[in-house]
Amino acid sequence: MASLSDHPDAWDRIDPTFTALPHRRLAEAALARARDFGVDHADFRFERVRYQYFTVRDGQLQGASDSEDLGFAVRVLHEGAWGFASGVVLSRDAAVVVAEQAVRVAQVAGRMTRRRVELAPEPVHDDVAWCSPYLVNPLEVPLEEKVDLFRDWTSRLLAADGVDHASGGLQAVQENKFYADETGTVTTQQRVRLEPHLEAFGADEASGRFDSMRTIAPPVGRGWEFVADGGYDFDAEVEQIPGLLREKLLAPSVEPGAYDLVIHPSNLFLTIHESIGHATELDRALGYEANYAGTSFATYDRLNSLVYGSPVMQVTGDRTVEHGLASIGYDDEGVQTQSWDIVRDGILVGYQLDRPMAHTYGAELNGGRSNGCAFADSPGHIPIQRMANVSLQPDPHGPDTDGLIDKVERGIYVVGDKSWSIDMQRFNFQFTGQRFYRIEDGKLAGMLRDVAYQGTTTDFWGSMEAVGGPQTYVLHGAFNCGKAQPGQVAAVSHGCPSALFRGVNVLNTSEEGGSLEPVDAPGDEAVTE
Amino acid sequence: MTRATSSPQHLVDHALETSASPECVVIVQDETHANLRWANNTLTTNGVGHDVGVTVIAFRDGATASVSSTAASTERVTALVEAADAAVRRAQPAEDRNDLVSGDAAADWDDAPAATSIEVYGAFAKALGEEFERAEAEQRVLYGFVNHEIATTYLGSSTGLRRRHVQPTGHYACTGKTADLSTSAWVGGATRDFTDVDAHAMADTLTTRLGWATRRVDLPAGRYDTVLPPTCVADVMLDAYWGAGARVAHEGQSVYARRGGGTRIGERVGRPGTHLYSDPAYPGLECEPFVLASSSGNTSSVFDNGLPLARTEWVSDGILSSLIQTRHSATMTGQPVTPGIDNLVLEVDGASGSIGDLVADVDHGLLLTCMWYIREVDPQTMLLTGLTRDGVYLVEGGEITGAVNNFRWNESPVDLLRRYTAASATVPGLSREWGDDYFSRTAMPGLRVPDFNMSSVSQAL
Repeated sequence: MASLSDHPDAWDRIDPTFTALPHRRLAEAALARARDFGVDHADFRFERVRYQYFTVRDGQLQGASDSEDLGFAVRVLHEGAWGFASGVVLSRDAAVVVAEQAVRVAQVAGRMTRRRVELAPEPVHDDVAWCSPYLVNPLEVPLEEKVDLFRDWTSRLLAADGVDHASGGLQAVQENKFYADETGTVTTQQRVRLEPHLEAFGADEASGRFDSMRTIAPPVGRGWEFVADGGYDFDAEVEQIPGLLREKLLAPSVEPGAYDLVIHPSNLFLTIHESIGHATELDRALGYEANYAGTSFATYDRLNSLVYGSPVMQVTGDRTVEHGLASIGYDDEGVQTQSWDIVRDGILVGYQLDRPMAHTYGAELNGGRSNGCAFADSPGHIPIQRMANVSLQPDPHGPDTDGLIDKVERGIYVVGDKSWSIDMQRFNFQFTGQRFYRIEDGKLAGMLRDVAYQGTTTDFWGSMEAVGGPQTYVLHGAFNCGKAQPGQVAAVSHGCPSALFRGVNVLNTSEEGGSLEPVDAPGDEAVTE
Repeated sequence: MTRATSSPQHLVDHALETSASPECVVIVQDETHANLRWANNTLTTNGVGHDVGVTVIAFRDGATASVSSTAASTERVTALVEAADAAVRRAQPAEDRNDLVSGDAAADWDDAPAATSIEVYGAFAKALGEEFERAEAEQRVLYGFVNHEIATTYLGSSTGLRRRHVQPTGHYACTGKTADLSTSAWVGGATRDFTDVDAHAMADTLTTRLGWATRRVDLPAGRYDTVLPPTCVADVMLDAYWGAGARVAHEGQSVYARRGGGTRIGERVGRPGTHLYSDPAYPGLECEPFVLASSSGNTSSVFDNGLPLARTEWVSDGILSSLIQTRHSATMTGQPVTPGIDNLVLEVDGASGSIGDLVADVDHGLLLTCMWYIREVDPQTMLLTGLTRDGVYLVEGGEITGAVNNFRWNESPVDLLRRYTAASATVPGLSREWGDDYFSRTAMPGLRVPDFNMSSVSQAL
């Protein structure tokens, strides 16, 4: 399907119930009021974000909700300090009051702002529209039609041998943004995204263990056609999951130690997200996130010199890839989105930027411009530097996944994501997955359980010996990337091929828990296990 | 703040009058907030805002439909009601269907919403600006965030129930680093109104802790005699609480599931004298005294809206005594109805003293400051992984003698309840991981764990 980005018919695709809202009148009033105070910069953002979420369990609808976040915000730069205010009353008077509040906040902030905020320039984008590519807006499909599909899938899972319970659900989002600033840039945009999931639960009576197996379907910037019309083969996963769950429950526990890993994109995307995506946000590298999620080992002084990984490592950032969860036409500072290199031949060469950071660092990084990474998750939140779609590129002539496995004498093949954690400078991480297969002499030799792989970012990416070809590439991603204070949530995609890593430290998670020797209170009876 | 064009009570009444469904529940939440954020000794972002959220839940023949939106006018509420009415006609009967809670109007029902503004930081902001100057002069770098919000909730139903609750929520946190960024410390806490938050005291504490790191010691991974301050205990006990859904346990999928079926209610999970409980009236941690549920799930039911909440012991004298129950899951499990509550307290019988007293008894061990990036690894044991952060201190002979590298740890909070060997008095303690966005009302003791599993070394500073 052709991209509709910047396509002339984007205007026709944008929801008329959004364009009928009074955002233009409110923008005019708010920006005019901000100008009265002689502000250095003012922008107005009006958003309507519609969410629908439902869950099913064992063939029954468990809960469903429709919600909507509708409101507007005014952001001003006044005497070098930011001021931000938001509101929900959709009247010109309220827009004026919110503009005044933003100026008042900037005045309070000015007492604590020791370094003037300045913005990199951006060409004026005069009343442009953008709409993400999709065929069927999932929010326009009747809820019962969607629920019935998931009820059927969970019923089929529940009926399978070894499955005790099955759950599933869908989150669908339609996001509309209107932006206007004092330079004359005006943008109107719309995108949809959805995140389907299915999971089966079972137990092994002999061992007493319980476990689960979840679909590896990615969340996508697509429409309902992804779920219901062949965009993804859910029927195949529903058929496979019970057998995979039974095999996992009976699998031997892994022997901890160093293993070669072949990692499928359904797992590797999350490692990319945590160890590259966040680490190359320039606001983190500069300390803006130090009190929350932390900073980054990839500090600016290491640009063009930091050996991030092996020479086969090519990483790009973009907000333009079709169906990407972070893709959009213009960011929340009116910057047209772009794509660029972050790691080239294993060396750090780029960062993600917004306009304040681009004012200082953009000349070296991006010709003096922001690369379009400002985003706010709702009308009530201030835009911050947010993650682009950060993706590991395949080897144009690389092997398929079997070809990578064939290179391994003793190793583990990792599929699907589960638990994830990384430290506050993006060094030390630990990931688990949905399923793990032993590799012996280039062949898969049955499942393992209790596997977690742990590493240090540069060591891990340095151990990447080979990446798969384009035939292994999958655009995966997440709906739940958290950042900033107050907390904001964003959706982001990460594309990657399967890849081969040598000598990665693998833990046995069942051995990690518990004490060496149980400690009982004096006089206490034994703790019931 | 800009106010809604209609009062919250009027929006509730309008929705109930407009609804064409046999029964209806309406929740209106009027919320104002103000925040300041700083890094590198200067303010970075800030904001004030006002939000009016309306949830309309329609009920018809055992089916439900829930529709929520920002809605500051009766016109917008009418649209929500129509959407809910239309959706419930197409919906199938809900598995958690039950009678709606009935009642009358609370005495404070007619009161207006409370509000906050940027002025809540009047004294704090002035002092913070001074601390930026001081930090710059003394070669330190400050990063932090303060947030204050007041949410006033109005719950009304077609059964006559009218409930109102005002919930102030505030927290502060500041990270301090030496100018070379090699050493880091943190301080943070919760507050209801910021009258008890002193930027100078906050900065003084950071200065003291950065001073503890003058001596740096590198230690390998391993098991250490470790003192967890209340903030760390809150971090992991929140996982223990959130994972305590009765239905999931009853269906055999959590650490609280009894092998062979059912829940572990009645089994010992912690040392005698250990009490984990929630209480809407706990002084300083007051929270909604009735159920609010905009949708149904494993631990919530829209049919339960308005159910009164009271002190609930989850772990009583070391025995698992309750799990989070809706009326639906209570029927499934045959246990009392014990819905979730928005605060959490851990107390240990006879525990007294401070973290300093716990440290004084440690011959060779570690004192943590806080934790980060905590995620569940294995639901079978509720094994969690996470990192130490912003200050791990070496304790020798009962004294803090230096700072240690950070670690990745792997531990189960349920296991810690039986392995701790000493506890300090329970005090308010903000979870660093979850306190900002999800759950700030926690009171915890410090705990000494003699064999805390530091799984690997983190290079993070």
